[in-house]
Amino acid sequence: MIELTINGQQHSLDIEPEMPLLWALRNELGLTGTKFGCGIAACGACTVHVDGRAVRSCVTPVSAVQNTNVTTIEGLAHSATSHSAGQSSVSAARTDVQNAWIEHQIPQCGYCQSGMIMAVSALLDSQPDANEEAIKNSLSNVCRCGTYPRISRAVRDLIAARQASRSQEETV
Amino acid sequence: MKLNRRRFLLGTALAGGALLVGYAASRPSRQSLANENHAAQGQTFLTTWLRIDPDNQVTVIVPHSEMGQGVLTSLPMMAADELDADWNLVRVEQAPVDDLFANDVLIKGFAASMGFSVPALLDRGMDALTLKAAEIMNMQITGGSSSVRFTGEMGMRTAGAAARQMLVRAAAEQWQVREDEIQVANSVISHPGSNRTATFGEMAALAATYEPPRSPVLKRPEQFTLMGRSLPRVDIPAKVDGTAQFGIDARPEGMLYAAVTTAPVFGGQLQRVENIDAVMQRRGVVRVVELEDAVAVVADNYWRASEALKQLVPHFTSTEHDQRSSADIFAEYDAALESGERNEDVAVGDASGALQSAASVVDASYRVPYLAHAAMEPMNCTVHFANGRCEVWTGTQDNLGIRGQVASAAGLDETEVTVHPFYLGGGFGRRLPTSTNTIIQATQIARQFDVPVQTLWSREEDTRHDYYRPAVASRFRAGFDNDGKLIAWENAYIGKNEPAEAAHIAYQIPNQKIDYVESPTHVPFGAWRSVAHSQHTFFLESFTDELAWQQQRDPLQFRLDYLSDKPRHQRVLREAASRAGWNTPPQAGRARGIALQESFGSIVAEVAEVSLTEAGEVKVEKVVCAIDCGRVVHPDNAASQVESGIIYGLTAALYGQITIEEGKVKESNFHDYPMLHLAQSPEIEVIILETEGAPVGGLGEPATPPIAAAVTNALYALTGQRVRELPLRHYQFLPTPEERGANRA
Repeated sequence: MIELTINGQQHSLDIEPEMPLLWALRNELGLTGTKFGCGIAACGACTVHVDGRAVRSCVTPVSAVQNTNVTTIEGLAHSATSHSAGQSSVSAARTDVQNAWIEHQIPQCGYCQSGMIMAVSALLDSQPDANEEAIKNSLSNVCRCGTYPRISRAVRDLIAARQASRSQEETV
Repeated sequence: MKLNRRRFLLGTALAGGALLVGYAASRPSRQSLANENHAAQGQTFLTTWLRIDPDNQVTVIVPHSEMGQGVLTSLPMMAADELDADWNLVRVEQAPVDDLFANDVLIKGFAASMGFSVPALLDRGMDALTLKAAEIMNMQITGGSSSVRFTGEMGMRTAGAAARQMLVRAAAEQWQVREDEIQVANSVISHPGSNRTATFGEMAALAATYEPPRSPVLKRPEQFTLMGRSLPRVDIPAKVDGTAQFGIDARPEGMLYAAVTTAPVFGGQLQRVENIDAVMQRRGVVRVVELEDAVAVVADNYWRASEALKQLVPHFTSTEHDQRSSADIFAEYDAALESGERNEDVAVGDASGALQSAASVVDASYRVPYLAHAAMEPMNCTVHFANGRCEVWTGTQDNLGIRGQVASAAGLDETEVTVHPFYLGGGFGRRLPTSTNTIIQATQIARQFDVPVQTLWSREEDTRHDYYRPAVASRFRAGFDNDGKLIAWENAYIGKNEPAEAAHIAYQIPNQKIDYVESPTHVPFGAWRSVAHSQHTFFLESFTDELAWQQQRDPLQFRLDYLSDKPRHQRVLREAASRAGWNTPPQAGRARGIALQESFGSIVAEVAEVSLTEAGEVKVEKVVCAIDCGRVVHPDNAASQVESGIIYGLTAALYGQITIEEGKVKESNFHDYPMLHLAQSPEIEVIILETEGAPVGGLGEPATPPIAAAVTNALYALTGQRVRELPLRHYQFLPTPEERGANRA
């Protein structure tokens, strides 16, 4: 049996250890928010978090993520409530990144955006001091609708808002 | 809500006192269609509906697919604005696919109204109409940048205005007051004189007893309350939390998954398959399905199906194309352009005579490779056969068209097929009803099961079995007189495609000869965002740039000189150039290029500013785009579409190349068919211009065509190297000795 913890829930699955996490999520658990794009870790549509790090689930065998916490787009807001706290006009059901995606009206077809949001969320969390340029160079997810100019603007705003929030906390 | 098609036609009243406006407004019968085939205005009702319920909710039913272009927001805005509805009380529904176009005459009627909506087609006879109807038989098509400019302008607005007029009439009758004393705002009807008010819902039942007006008065732009505003798109919230449902997310109960390998050489047939027994032993594998040109493994999990497929050894027949390569195809093109039969596209004046007497002649040959669409959502379709019927779950650019295709492949009547529409993870032309190899395959596979089967293509299968933007070659000659005036334009290109005018030029040149030569290949081709404009604009605007430089003229001023009869073209050029700082030199190591094209009813100019990396690769720093789309319904979404169109075209210009080797496609996935990433994405500035009284233009496609030439023209300004073949990733650029930094001679 493969033991997985996904969005805080434990699952015992009778599946092959080499099955990629993507297909366990989509076909065994019905979590379809994580998308299949290329199958070779080249597009990022399948990005999830494993213990907070962005991982491309299409090439990650389930055996490699036992005893970890896996977060998918469906569980992002729940797992990341600490980040959304303190943001103005933030819906409790979404993180600051998800809200920025709405504010900037980013998604077009929307297919890549689960992975894009997961990747940006992990980058902003793991590199709190990174500037916009560093984030842009680290983000290799593909969007065929070309929402990149808006993603740039959203990332810029998110960095500024998080820095402001941190300096406020420090002052307090 | 259950829409009853027949009742819809017979009257506007629905059970429960709802008002429904749509088809009923025109009621085309066989006679009326024939008699009134010039009555475009009323017939445009055919596309659009809206429903008002007693609880005051307005439901707008959208007959287009949402693939990211915002149509689920922009079309309802147009209906709601004319209706004076409260946007917060407006719901949006995707048009149901069942029972909508059961009447063949209705299909033709709708097609006729589409055709007649274009003024240039007004004088054509009934035969042309029927032909047009046949061409666009499947009337939920989303393509040609047509949703807002056709369905919205001619259908949604009219439906909203008609419903409003009926509601006003109902209030006047009930209150015994004059219609012109009644006001409507925010879904409330009021009569200030007698201080009476009613909601739409309260008047809907009475309004539904009237005949809808055929030609209701539409608002003037200054009266708009919703159109022209950037309202939040209704589909976006579900696209940030993983709940948006795409075709690939369909999960009907008991579903199995099919992984497929199709004959790698187009036209190959499946001969035999080795290893079936071994594959059948694998966990989860249910069946191996052999099709005419493909083999599929069906399993209880897609990964198991796809792993098992790798173990199968299919053998395909050889074909006459087994040795054919892209180089062969381009050689065939060259031969055809040398000596093939020429078909006339444009003939004005005497181009060959003018070339003979010209003081100077410039010639150039251009070509572009095949391109795949590479929509992010790999091709998929889920089909379930049961009880002599069939259900289909997929995202498509034409739900009714797909219903027809599935019915035909399944040997069923269209009424026996139910299509469940989903969001499209990218369309770009790949999900049109002319490009349905996946759908047909999915139908053939599922037919052998009594449970639903989702056929899902790998990225490799998608890259290798697309309907490609064709590879095209084009040759030019142009002549100047002694005064440096451009007097002759001669062009011959491979393959006439849609839109028919893609190779025509906006510039005033007295002698023009534009021909095309057919040189068919075995590679399937289809509509790729902006269709034939994608290649021809690269050719035309690069060659125009060559002419400007040959005359040592500023490329902007050179274009303006030959557009004195086209003020809208001049305006987009000037606006884009001005915002890009055309008249001030760019910073050292950069240069700018400009390109222009009118397509799908909009006129676009783009200025690209480029630099070189240390490795001599192009870096596009900034793009300024000015687009005149007549009038804009949703400015922010318009900007989104323009940004998107530029990135799509830029990706192709920089990287896009599908290569034919031994009859098949060499590329397979994003490692060898690369995509633009955020890091290479230029800053994009979009200037949206309107022209009073001009028809609304398209937005999904028109920004794609000019970008390749804008970039290569900038590269010429920077390096002196003229790019006549794409993609740019094959070039290494070196700045010229004098480090040309300026974009002009």
